[in-house]
Amino acid sequence: MRRNLPIFGVLTVLLVAIAIANPYFLEPQGFLAFVKRAAPLAILAAGQYFVIVSGEFDLSVGSLVTAEVVIAARLVDGDPGATWPVIALLLAFGALVGAVNGLVTTLLRVPSFIVTLGMLLILSGAVSLWTDGSPRGALSEQFRQFGRGTIGPVPWSALILGAVVAYVVWLMRADFGRTLVATGDNQTAAALSGVRVHRVKTIAFVLSGLSAAVCAILLGGFAGVSAQVGQGLEFQVITAVVLGGVVLGGGRGSVAAAIAGAFTLQALFTLLNLHGISGALEFTVQGLILIVAVALGTLQPSWRPRRRKPPALTS
Amino acid sequence: MTQHIATLWAKRPTPRGLAVDSPARPVFLALGLMLVVGWLLFTIDGGQFFSQANIVGIQQRSAALGIVAVGQTLAILAGSLDLSVAFLISLSSLIAAETMAEYGVLAGIGATLVVSAVVGLVNGLVITRLKVHAFIATLGVALIIKGVLESRYDGPAGHVPESFQRIGFDRIGPVPVSALLWLAIAVAAWFLLSRTTLGYRIFAVGGDPEVARLSGVRTDRVIVTTHVLCSLAAGAAGLLLAARLGAGAPTVGTDGGYDLESVAAVVLGGTALAGGRGGVAGTVGGVLLLAVLDSSFNQLEINSFAKDVVRGVVLVAALAVYARRRYAR
Repeated sequence: MRRNLPIFGVLTVLLVAIAIANPYFLEPQGFLAFVKRAAPLAILAAGQYFVIVSGEFDLSVGSLVTAEVVIAARLVDGDPGATWPVIALLLAFGALVGAVNGLVTTLLRVPSFIVTLGMLLILSGAVSLWTDGSPRGALSEQFRQFGRGTIGPVPWSALILGAVVAYVVWLMRADFGRTLVATGDNQTAAALSGVRVHRVKTIAFVLSGLSAAVCAILLGGFAGVSAQVGQGLEFQVITAVVLGGVVLGGGRGSVAAAIAGAFTLQALFTLLNLHGISGALEFTVQGLILIVAVALGTLQPSWRPRRRKPPALTS
Repeated sequence: MTQHIATLWAKRPTPRGLAVDSPARPVFLALGLMLVVGWLLFTIDGGQFFSQANIVGIQQRSAALGIVAVGQTLAILAGSLDLSVAFLISLSSLIAAETMAEYGVLAGIGATLVVSAVVGLVNGLVITRLKVHAFIATLGVALIIKGVLESRYDGPAGHVPESFQRIGFDRIGPVPVSALLWLAIAVAAWFLLSRTTLGYRIFAVGGDPEVARLSGVRTDRVIVTTHVLCSLAAGAAGLLLAARLGAGAPTVGTDGGYDLESVAAVVLGGTALAGGRGGVAGTVGGVLLLAVLDSSFNQLEINSFAKDVVRGVVLVAALAVYARRRYAR
């Protein structure tokens, strides 16, 4: 838990800074609006966390989100009755893409950077091919509810995020989480201890694909249908996860911190907007903060416990 | 142990580029196959694959990517990676065009290369001094450059004199000057890797940084040097693209997808993404393979989006084949 402290500290500072600049943020409505904006990235970060902590990359999520939104718009096409079947189909498609990523990475032994880069090319090419370059169709009102609607005062997306957080935290405390971290830490040792490494990694990719599907459902409602909706999300989400202190290469970091990283990134965007640094220079600031934050994370003073308790390998 | 070293030395005289265990070999086999397939497709379609126009086109298309990919090869061989090249190319093209319009060609080339080298130095120092993972470090630098580009430019800027534009279009016989530039950079990198101490150190650091360090290699210096060279290559590609466009453009690097595409070309050429194995020859083959694929698609007038799909499949399939070869041994 101590390892997670820096990111929660940074997040708190940013939230206080936002509240000072914009007191509306302290009211429930203002804060829930922020949660609603952050939810898609946070969910995507939870999925990416599984892949990164197992020692791999998933670069395909950005184009997967775009693909899902475009598919949804085309299939729903304004028909309210199609909402639920299409949502089921989107989740299945996300899981399928994740499974392919995972199986090619583990069974064919191709580096996941390349597998998911190939998947990125395939998905973005295939979607453009299918839609002739510009997405068609429209989402139904019911479908868009998840991204922008509310139940009473609470946005749907905040509830979905809550459910996802509860699920992933439970998952990381269960046997699966322990074996996943062990795999990322030392794949050979994990395999020798009886972890089915291939299966664990493939499940991590499936979870990442599923998170992209959920993210797409929220973003489709929130931001609408466009061919750019997922652009750059893959790098943004890896940034968020790494900001949360999760180490590229695997075996270190917690899922709560990864989600906090996503909130931190969103808070940063909000703050920059409030201070009028929107658009162009936003990227420069984002890049600087990314480097500084990760550098501070690795150069942390020695008070931090050097060795964690080795994860138990029960299965 | 002695026996081990002895066999290592005995192996040395075989030409590395064509040896059976060379990682570059499959990509040239694939390139040969692709040339035959391309020729067949062109013939069936009523075109001429080996026509001068098509050969020149293939070389023109691959020169810029080829130059970046050679630089990327050095970074990847040292166990690093550079995701900032795309934005650096855009920045270089703008610096080149703006400086040339004011102070002449030589000043433009000089300014571009200096800025590129500084960016590479920053990349290298962030990775080695601040111990930030190369992926994150170069992504951060890429974002910084992106912000600078978007806040300062909203369209093409500067102007490249006629004399310098010739680099983009002139050719000697069937060989464009840009391809010669690429060839020169590739040969220089090949010489660096196979004939100099630095080259051996790059392989050592990429193979196992800890072992290299214990053997007395200053690993940090090697990594910083490869990043400076990689960024210089990106700067050269930016110069070439500025010469082609006649001006600098803030989106020329990202439109070409040079960051991920250069990594793809390098690994297609058999260089291991983890570093320590591979070489420049394979990269040249990988870039040419992508270019031949492109020209076949153009001849058949296949939708440009289908190209991405096929590229993705080729990339993953090729890497799967390499992985099988490695584990079969």
